[in-house]
Amino acid sequence: MELSEYFSQLFSDYTLRTITLGTAILGAICGMLGSFAVLRKQSLLGDAISHAALPGIAIGFLIREYQIDPLEKVSVLGRVFNKIVTVIQWVLDLFGGGTNTLLIGALISGVLGTFLIRGIINRTHLKTDTALGLVLSLFFGFGILLLTFIQKQPNANQAGLDKYLFGQAATLVESDVILMASVTGVCLVILLLFWKEFKILLFDADYTKTLGFNTRFIDILITFFIVLAIVLGLQTVGVVLMSAMLLAPAAAARQWTNKLSVMIVLAAIFGAFSGVFGTAISASQNNLSTGPVIVLVTGVFVAFSFIFSPGRGILFKQIRVYKNRRDLKLQKTLQFMFDIAKMHNDISHPHAIKILNNFQGYTRGTLKELEEKEWVAVQGQKWSMTEKGYDAAANLYNTN
Amino acid sequence: MQKIAIRVDDLTVAYNYKPVLWDIDLEVPESVLMAIVGPNGAGKSTLIKSILGIIEPIAGSVSIYGKPYDKQRKLVAYVPQKGSVDWDFPTTALDVVMMGTYGRLGWIKRPRSKEKKASLEALEKVGMLPFKGRQISKLSGGQQQRVFLARALVQNASIYFMDEPFQGVDATTEIAIINILKELRKAGKTVIVVHHDLQTVPEYFDWVTFLNVKKIATGPVKDIFNDDNLTKTYGINYKVAVNK
Ligand SMILES: Nc1ncnc2c1ncn2[C@@H]1O[C@H](COP(=O)(O)OP(=O)(O)OP(=O)(O)O)[C@@H](O)[C@H]1O
Ligand SMILES: [Mg+2]
Repeated sequence: MELSEYFSQLFSDYTLRTITLGTAILGAICGMLGSFAVLRKQSLLGDAISHAALPGIAIGFLIREYQIDPLEKVSVLGRVFNKIVTVIQWVLDLFGGGTNTLLIGALISGVLGTFLIRGIINRTHLKTDTALGLVLSLFFGFGILLLTFIQKQPNANQAGLDKYLFGQAATLVESDVILMASVTGVCLVILLLFWKEFKILLFDADYTKTLGFNTRFIDILITFFIVLAIVLGLQTVGVVLMSAMLLAPAAAARQWTNKLSVMIVLAAIFGAFSGVFGTAISASQNNLSTGPVIVLVTGVFVAFSFIFSPGRGILFKQIRVYKNRRDLKLQKTLQFMFDIAKMHNDISHPHAIKILNNFQGYTRGTLKELEEKEWVAVQGQKWSMTEKGYDAAANLYNTN
Repeated sequence: MQKIAIRVDDLTVAYNYKPVLWDIDLEVPESVLMAIVGPNGAGKSTLIKSILGIIEPIAGSVSIYGKPYDKQRKLVAYVPQKGSVDWDFPTTALDVVMMGTYGRLGWIKRPRSKEKKASLEALEKVGMLPFKGRQISKLSGGQQQRVFLARALVQNASIYFMDEPFQGVDATTEIAIINILKELRKAGKTVIVVHHDLQTVPEYFDWVTFLNVKKIATGPVKDIFNDDNLTKTYGINYKVAVNK
């Protein structure tokens, strides 16, 4: 399928519409919350949480698929275990069962991972990055172990578990999208409600505390929503690249604005576009894993922003440097001419262009530009200063 | 006798195992301008942070005008060390000053025109009004320091804690800031400043606390700012030309 075909079918094809909507919402919420992670310099946190979610998915899967064999004689312990699993299954079914079981597993192990990270940082001398790295690799390793175990099971219906590694947007169904939309809605309301608290905590946590705000509450609120966004995104983007989905749109958005609210809105928009385009590209290329494609698209946003943003982009910075240099050269030449012209009673007395050659800043270009500005007049091999040029030169250093 | 604005009892703080502050007792009377002096790592920032509840002490208590600090937060304003925040944060000078009003507003309520007006006045006071819309990373170090000062001023507190407000500011700004602080004292406020330049202590302050893990001395500058206390605090045989 061609990319254009994909988009033209968007309005007629129900499945495509669901998937597109889902990835757009996901991209938006990730961009929004990712801004918080970026501004708090917690870029690695998302990575750790998403990797920490993997064992939860596997355990969720094991619980969902666990079947009690009524013929098998089991010990008392075994019967107790069976009962527990049945109760858990029953509870999970209340939440819709199916994919939701895996998501709940992911949520629980993601939250566990987060608490573990906090615990390690608070109770040991280990640095934050060490704690993050430890939890990330421990949980991820355990998750991979469980996945391998599941794949070895002959009777397990294992189709689709690997999509949680690199994501497969094509498996999104309506209920997933509704869930994403509801969480995003709640998150948006909370964001608007606690806007001022979020902002001040992001900027200056210690100060926020002295004003009497419960910073731990705000902090946990932010972190909880980051975990939620990650869990929702696992199916689409996968645990391995989930953090890029959080960070990239926010990093790109930061380039375009110096206002927090604008940054968050932009990040949401970049995220949504990345989600939609990434999914479209992967769907039109034989269902490539969505995660890597989405992440590549976010990468394009980042690269573009870092080069072309007017305030902080490399290109415009370079252009500004170049332009400033040229302006300075021009001013220095003018100043030099001014000093010569001053020596005559008549300021427009013509001088030979030759005498300018001794001056470093002078080029043919600058002379021409000065002429265009009507600061000097050139006649043959002579130049003379105009009234306008004289005033400009006299005021050069009065305008700090 | 003056009222006691701040009272610290048996305050002990440790980050790991080694105590950073040891058994500090401190009484600061109302309406003084006090310097906290001591070498790098003496625990000056830590003392302020634990008084303000940013760091939890191992032992000790703090009271403000006779009541526990927790109940008196609104009376206290804080100017953190400038390096403690990320100045590349996407916000403007005015926005930062407005944060000083958040404490009185409490949860959820947004600042309105009244808060904005107060913030603009505070910016004016520190001479930063022309920069109100400037992104904070595009301010010089001294200008950033003044924005922080304005943010504390807008809190309209009775007690001000300032961690090295003169760090990296030029002579003109330093005098401008100290004049504002002296004005605050005249208005009956208590101002506590972590200060590094010993030469200017007698000129700027009327009260001083020497700190180096333990409290060495505290009292009026004219009584206790002498070579003996300086030597005890800084270890080396300290001789300043104290011009009284
Ligand atoms: N977050 C921290 N974790 C561990 N130790 C810390 C921490 N902050 C400070 N310390 C240690 O506590 C001691 C006191 O630090 P503090 O910042 O209070 O000193 P200070 O007097 O403000 O110094 P300076 O003049 O350099 O600002 C120092 O030995 C420092 O190494
Ligand atoms: Mg300090």
